[in-house]
Amino acid sequence: MNAEISGRALVLEEGLSLWGGMDPATGELIDAHHPQSGASLTGRIVVMPSGRGSSSSASVLAEAVRAKTAPAAILLAEPDLILTIGSAVAQELYGVTVPVIVLPVQELAAIADGATVVIGPEGLVRTA
Amino acid sequence: MRLVIRAAEATGAERLIDVTQAHVDSCLYHGEATLDFVRRLADGRARVSIPTTLNVGAIDLLHPELYRGNPRIAERARLLMDRYRALGARPTFTCAPYQLADVRPTLGEQVAWGESNAIAFCNSVLGARTNRYGDFIDIAAAITGRVPDAGLHRTAARRATLVLRLADDVPGALRAADVLFPVLGIVLGRHAGSSVAVIDGLAPGQSEDRLKALGAAAASSGSVAMFHVVGSTPEAPLLDDALQHRAPKRVDLIRLAELRDVRDELSTSSGEQLAAVSLGTPHASLAELERYAAMLGDRRVHPDVECLVSTGRDVMGEASERGIVGRLHEAGVELLVDTCSYIAPILRNSAGPVMTDSGKWAYYAPGNIGASVVFGSSSECIRSAVAGRVVRDDAVWGRS
Repeated sequence: MNAEISGRALVLEEGLSLWGGMDPATGELIDAHHPQSGASLTGRIVVMPSGRGSSSSASVLAEAVRAKTAPAAILLAEPDLILTIGSAVAQELYGVTVPVIVLPVQELAAIADGATVVIGPEGLVRTA
Repeated sequence: MRLVIRAAEATGAERLIDVTQAHVDSCLYHGEATLDFVRRLADGRARVSIPTTLNVGAIDLLHPELYRGNPRIAERARLLMDRYRALGARPTFTCAPYQLADVRPTLGEQVAWGESNAIAFCNSVLGARTNRYGDFIDIAAAITGRVPDAGLHRTAARRATLVLRLADDVPGALRAADVLFPVLGIVLGRHAGSSVAVIDGLAPGQSEDRLKALGAAAASSGSVAMFHVVGSTPEAPLLDDALQHRAPKRVDLIRLAELRDVRDELSTSSGEQLAAVSLGTPHASLAELERYAAMLGDRRVHPDVECLVSTGRDVMGEASERGIVGRLHEAGVELLVDTCSYIAPILRNSAGPVMTDSGKWAYYAPGNIGASVVFGSSSECIRSAVAGRVVRDDAVWGRS
């Protein structure tokens, strides 16, 4: 990752499975059971406690990168192999990085919905 | 190999271990990215190095006429399934590879499985060991035969840290009913998230089909890759075994009211109106197909209702030899293989209301295909299919 990435935080109250939870054609959050159903994930710094559910989420993330609807970055409280691999494949195929970063719970909780978040080249996260 | 190394870094593993088999979910079409990836593998002349089964794709290759969506997407979905077959994987196209006698890994065997319900079943019910492998890493493991030595591959991570105990107010009739399991699964996923939980308070020796329904729902509402059920799953003969002889971090009591609330939440449609009934998510086992046929007896599905059962092509073959498929067809039930009715446009009227006995189907169908859902037991589903309207029997749920 070479350049800084910045975007507005979208703080999800519950973890989201991208498969069944995001339409890669539009970037919309489509999980009908999710409290923020209908929100757009495109270009946002998505903050959520954890990934969830389907093993197809890696494909959905890669497809969203291809379709230019992907989040700018995903910040989590616990590691998620499925999203990490989806991001790595998208980088390999399309040269676009969607960082998947694990932060301590307190730091994650300090990010307010709508705040501008900047991710530096070393993966350091700060709010502007 | 680069992906496997990347996974090792992400999981903090110190070494790689061999796996004996893989189940690959990457053959389900999610757009051109999925084809771009497999093309890259084929260009590098990759082949699977261990026995590998394939998960569902987006179309039923044996009954392609059932697909009602965009023909171009159907063609791309078929191409993706073919490309994975060409890498040397076996064209099982099922989300329930554990139903295939020659595939089932044994207790303690190290494998690499994708598909959330299969992962939960593999760890929990078979006692074989897999992490939550998603798309891309599953085929990378199949090609290299190696995975990071991390997570559920290691004994310590298989310890339950959370106990879910059924409260005294959960009636005995509900504890003994099939319909409890998908509902309890949704509850399990919500309480456990990605941690390993043990369920206490059920009679020992629960069937594989019930545990399948439980795990599939838990892997939908949470990231559950493993659970224990005292007296039913191999690493939990006793509660203390599941806890690996340590104290749990938390004990949650599950009361009847919570189970009822979750059951109600799974339905997005009320009233009697019914367009379709969808069964077999995850893919119906031979025992389930037989039970559906027996429940129907000599009755027929109502002409205004589409009744669809999803299963694997291998299980369908076996059921066909035993005359079960013939009986279901005669009763007006359609069988769907290689895919599922909530991931592709298959249903005649996908807006619904569609009735299902699956917690997973109920969970995903509203977002995926825009269906309104009525959740009920298998027998409520079959009776409704025959009646042409939603028929309820709330007896097992206690007084309301």
